[in-house]
Amino acid sequence: MSVSDSLDPPRRSRLWSYLRRSLGLVLTLAVTFLGLLLVTFIIARVVPIDPVLAVVGERATEAQIVAAREALGLDQPLWRQFVIYVQNAATGDLGTSIRTRTPVAEDIARFFPATLELATIGTVFGVIFGVPAGVLAATRPGTWVDQVVRLIGLAGYSMPVFWLGLMGLLLFYGILNWVGGPGRLDSGFEMMYDFDVPRVTGMILIDTTLAGRFDILRNAASHIILPAGVLAYYSMAYISRMTRSFMMNELSQEYITTARVKGMPEWRVIWIHALKNVMVPLITVIALSYANLLEGSVLTETVFAWPGLGLYITNALLTNDMPAVLGGTVVVGVVFVALNMFSDVLYRLVDPRAK
Amino acid sequence: MTFVSPIRTYGLALAAALMLGASPTVLAAATPADTLVIAGKIDDIVSIDPAEAFEFSGSDMLNNIYDTMVEIDPATGQLIPGLAESWSVEADGLTYRFKMRSGETFHSGNPVRAEDAAWSIQRSVKLNKTPAFILTQFGFTPENVEQRVYADGDTVVLVTEKPFAPTFVYNCLTSTISNVLDKELVLANAVNDDLGYEWMKSNSAGSGAYKLISYKPAEGYVLEARGPYWRGEAQLKRVFMRNVAEQSAQRLLIEKGDVDLARNLSTVDYEGLAGNADVKEVADLAGYIFYIAANQKNEQLSNPKVLEALRWLVDYDGMANSFLKGEFIKHQAFLPRGYLGALEETPYSLDVEKAKALLAEAGVGPLTFTMSVRNDQTRVEMATALQATYAQAGITLEIKPGPGSEILGDYRARNHQLTIQSWGPDYPDPHTNAATFVFNPDNSDEAKLGGLLAWRTAYDPGELQTLAEQAVVELDADKRKALYEEIQRKHRDTSAFIPMFQQLKRSAARSNVENFYSGGTVSSAAYWLVTK
Repeated sequence: MSVSDSLDPPRRSRLWSYLRRSLGLVLTLAVTFLGLLLVTFIIARVVPIDPVLAVVGERATEAQIVAAREALGLDQPLWRQFVIYVQNAATGDLGTSIRTRTPVAEDIARFFPATLELATIGTVFGVIFGVPAGVLAATRPGTWVDQVVRLIGLAGYSMPVFWLGLMGLLLFYGILNWVGGPGRLDSGFEMMYDFDVPRVTGMILIDTTLAGRFDILRNAASHIILPAGVLAYYSMAYISRMTRSFMMNELSQEYITTARVKGMPEWRVIWIHALKNVMVPLITVIALSYANLLEGSVLTETVFAWPGLGLYITNALLTNDMPAVLGGTVVVGVVFVALNMFSDVLYRLVDPRAK
Repeated sequence: MTFVSPIRTYGLALAAALMLGASPTVLAAATPADTLVIAGKIDDIVSIDPAEAFEFSGSDMLNNIYDTMVEIDPATGQLIPGLAESWSVEADGLTYRFKMRSGETFHSGNPVRAEDAAWSIQRSVKLNKTPAFILTQFGFTPENVEQRVYADGDTVVLVTEKPFAPTFVYNCLTSTISNVLDKELVLANAVNDDLGYEWMKSNSAGSGAYKLISYKPAEGYVLEARGPYWRGEAQLKRVFMRNVAEQSAQRLLIEKGDVDLARNLSTVDYEGLAGNADVKEVADLAGYIFYIAANQKNEQLSNPKVLEALRWLVDYDGMANSFLKGEFIKHQAFLPRGYLGALEETPYSLDVEKAKALLAEAGVGPLTFTMSVRNDQTRVEMATALQATYAQAGITLEIKPGPGSEILGDYRARNHQLTIQSWGPDYPDPHTNAATFVFNPDNSDEAKLGGLLAWRTAYDPGELQTLAEQAVVELDADKRKALYEEIQRKHRDTSAFIPMFQQLKRSAARSNVENFYSGGTVSSAAYWLVTK
């Protein structure tokens, strides 16, 4: 007697549907990644730039160029290059960066935690400020509260991030001396961090806490607060506007009127009943905004000399370091897919109907 | 059951967050007293292996970690004894002998021997990376280098293929590729027969004032003083270089005293810092020449009259005194100032009437050219200025900006018409630029001599190449100098190149920082002399 025979019919069909769903998910993921790899690969190959020049530099002779082309496998037919790339990527080998001469996977492991740390704090603050602001605006449409929220949101949309970053640096670091300057740490602390703190996550705030080095932690916090604040502002602008529109829509529903008629306190109507339903679309908005920040905010990272993924990919692009660009793009793709899946899971927790 | 209002919860969280953010942070503004902290742009470093490193920021780093047999005095730019205390060349003009200092050691504690110096040169030739030509031009090949460069007791013997000007040989031996490596240490870390190439991507094996403690590509590096050193112990215990790509961020860091030295500020930043008593400027000439190359495959551009007209259509002074001020000086020869025989005269200036007359003599119709430029601000501004002056003489100039590698790719493939390019010398000898601006042994497309500037722009140097070949073997230094002067004059007036500017190398230092030498046109930064 096989195992499946011992299960009663409803359980068997549940297991079957679970398996089918998982299989579908794996297939979707595989196709998504293959598509992602294919598109980036093709773009990297059709640009009218010779990646070999990035390797050998301006002085190289023709013989050195030919040798480098062979070493990079660029003399192979395009389809073969792609097959090799996919095979390597499947085993976690994203190739070797032309610029840094280290494996791309190793580079990303070094640069990504800096972005993760920054984006997470940015998003947390974006949500903490953005959601209540959106709710307040929605419950008082047309009042000064609404106008202020709208103005802040509009400013967040339209101000160039490098300008905001530089002005922030000038004011809070240059003049007021409240925060640390560009970089993740002061130079003295950076050396201490390099030699005294074991790398566990690559995120300074966490690693220093684990190592009990609160002096470095404090310094790191003073450095991260400004760039994270800039990102938080952008994330807040987006989240507050979306929250406002979702909330307006929700508050016009009949169940809200019913609740009010029944004499439920207004704060409960808004913050419990309505917000709970707003949460479902809002999760997608927050996840997308988080994913955006995780891609690495190039300009913020440049202004704040923040060695993160955005800076890494941009520099790679500018120096025509295609393995690094491809590797970085794959990681960004993974992050997007992972966050989408995560928000799917959250849906089901928040809204039972989504099961 | 008590129900806490979410507003209150949020409010508390908000207040906590605000308090956290606003708590006054005590910040250590000054840099550690025993450390030289530098903000620089080092993300161009491709390799830190002396056999491969070829970028300025990498050479600056390696100059503090390694020694060469022949050195350049950071203060005067003159040749001085390095790990070799004396040298001589035999009457045949082929055999050089370098007697090594005794008692010197590498960072590992291994003694520095003639064997190490000879092996380092052999290694560079065998690995044959891009800068290898600096050594292989003496006739060394991976096959013969062990017979041509070898240790004889405490002496390194070097046998060139044919006689060269001795200054040329010594000058090449000061460059990064001639750094002396710790043979035992490198070979102990070699994988198969890679001569330690993999290991040297992130490690050092030198005898210089500093040893490499950590190197994170595109992030920064830390050097630590080795202690007693034959050129005098380093004044500061550590050097900490941090990659700060954004110029304004570098400026803020130096203003606040969070770094001691900022190496990549813009002209605007220097203007802004002018009244700041805490920061001073350290300026030197750099070796970079900015020039226009005119493709001789283009019929109109190969007309000597048209080329001459273009030389009179550059507003050298206008540019040098406006947007290039403080960054470049007017310079009209292919050798940078500071080099043996470099010309400082600048006979050309903007003269639209003369240019018009020349164009009329040339008998060409209305001209339209495309100028390809790398899309960095300075070059695009130069092209825009040229567009305006060309227009005054009736020439339409279309500017084609693009990423560096694309523009370079076009240039190397001889697909450009006009292009603004820059060239920095590879080693401190006039031959470095002569070998590329006036050497083109085969001007056919099939020759594919993409490494040579003259070939790239399809320029046939004719007798100038013969003169340059004479100059590089001329034993008499004065005659050699005169030859280079003659070549530069003819080249300036007749070639397919229009040299316009020489770049300056500027750094901003805190006022307490003394004795920083950037290396000028002929060498690299010396951090071990710096005090603060």
